[in-house]
Amino acid sequence: MSNNNYVKNLIESGMRIDNRKFDEFREIEIKTNIIDRAEGSSIIKIGNTQIIVGVKLSVGEPFPDTPDEGILIVNAEFSPAASPSFEAGPPDENAIELARVVDRAIRESHCIDLKKLCIVPKEKVWNINIDIQVIDFDGNLIDAACMGTVAALKTTKIPKYENDEVDYEHREGELPLVDLPIYVTIYKIGDKLFVDPTKEEEEAADARISIATIQDGKICAIQKGGTGYFTISEIERAIEMSIIIGENLRNLFKH
Amino acid sequence: MKEKEKLIINRKRLDGRDLYEMRKIEIQINPIKNSMGSAMFKFGKTWAIAATHGPRAAYPKWQQNPEFSILKTRYMMLPFSTWERSKPGISRRSIEISKVVNDALSNVIFLEDYPKTMIDVFIDIIEADASTRCAALNAASIALALAGVPLKDIVSSCSVGKIDGEIVLDIAGFEDNYGEVDCAVAMIPHEEKVLLLQMDGIVTKEEFKKMIMLAKEGCLKVYESQKTAIKQAFTNIIDIE
Repeated sequence: MSNNNYVKNLIESGMRIDNRKFDEFREIEIKTNIIDRAEGSSIIKIGNTQIIVGVKLSVGEPFPDTPDEGILIVNAEFSPAASPSFEAGPPDENAIELARVVDRAIRESHCIDLKKLCIVPKEKVWNINIDIQVIDFDGNLIDAACMGTVAALKTTKIPKYENDEVDYEHREGELPLVDLPIYVTIYKIGDKLFVDPTKEEEEAADARISIATIQDGKICAIQKGGTGYFTISEIERAIEMSIIIGENLRNLFKH
Repeated sequence: MKEKEKLIINRKRLDGRDLYEMRKIEIQINPIKNSMGSAMFKFGKTWAIAATHGPRAAYPKWQQNPEFSILKTRYMMLPFSTWERSKPGISRRSIEISKVVNDALSNVIFLEDYPKTMIDVFIDIIEADASTRCAALNAASIALALAGVPLKDIVSSCSVGKIDGEIVLDIAGFEDNYGEVDCAVAMIPHEEKVLLLQMDGIVTKEEFKKMIMLAKEGCLKVYESQKTAIKQAFTNIIDIE
């Protein structure tokens, strides 16, 4: 509690515990293709937050309402090693929210051309399984998980498929990735808005709003979280911030 | 794939509504006699029933908080509420919705008045024609008020969206399936405090601004109907239009 008050007072007086500006991210480090056996993979570090994302492809039946489209499945797990407050067991509401929020940005941005992942309409399509593993927690999981996912998808290769069998050891095509959705989550303490909180800042925050933008600066997904509120004008400010910061973060992915 | 059907013809939506028109709101007070406070809320065919129990001793005991009451919201869609039967029980979707609804309601309850207790809110969706989390929240806030739980204000919720390129109020099922954007908003409308906001689909920031202002108008309307219903808590079915 006293820790929270310290962080709150600091933010309200215009400062942060690590001297960053309110719109400044910690250092971001991304490595891709770290797992040979996964078709796509990445490890992302934002400060001390660390997330590994693996992409595995398999062949399955399409959904009846989208007979000519591949299937996207996002799952997230919080390793109990990542924080004393994470517990072992099936994903809790926080892990489920993280997976569904990332799923929404990937899906709604149409960044994967799912129609190109159809093998035989109504019968066989590629399933893209994205697994997000939080291995160390120091705040800002949504932004990190989404960037890690985009990085992993960008390097995903499609395995060879012959005679009804997937040959995982040989890969031929790239995943058709046509956009780069980026979440920037804006946190609020009092009337101050800031990004990329550490664990202490995240615990002290009243509320958060995650805004995913795409290449042309449009918004493709929003999720508000926490028990606090945002006023409409604060939301408008948050959107401006996330468009500008999102554009800068997106440059990390353009080689 | 079939050719995409038009959702707006001559500025009217397929169910005959204007772009900024909400479906008919129906509210029923205390339909569940065993509950401390309960309410039914309908947007057209979308139909939610919320019931509260407590404040009562928190169970399991280790969850008791010496300073606050804990709010436990459970949102669930009943198997027959959708065209294709939905699997009974709690899905990943309902866990996420329960969480965001719980957060929105927590904001307005004086939880510090009832330490060591819990307040349960059970919400069942009887029929789902989109905007179910909005109907759920509207029913839950009325139920909490009727249960006598001290509230700072009532939470009001409605959906907005974009279909055929137009911003519209209160998305119905076919519009959710074939439209471009679906956005659920819950607020304390006269203070412009946004407690829940979930959007998917692509919009510009100008379109978003228009959507959120339209949502405020919608929430104000819901707010008035909730207030009227709570005031008339001893008459049964009332229609507000």
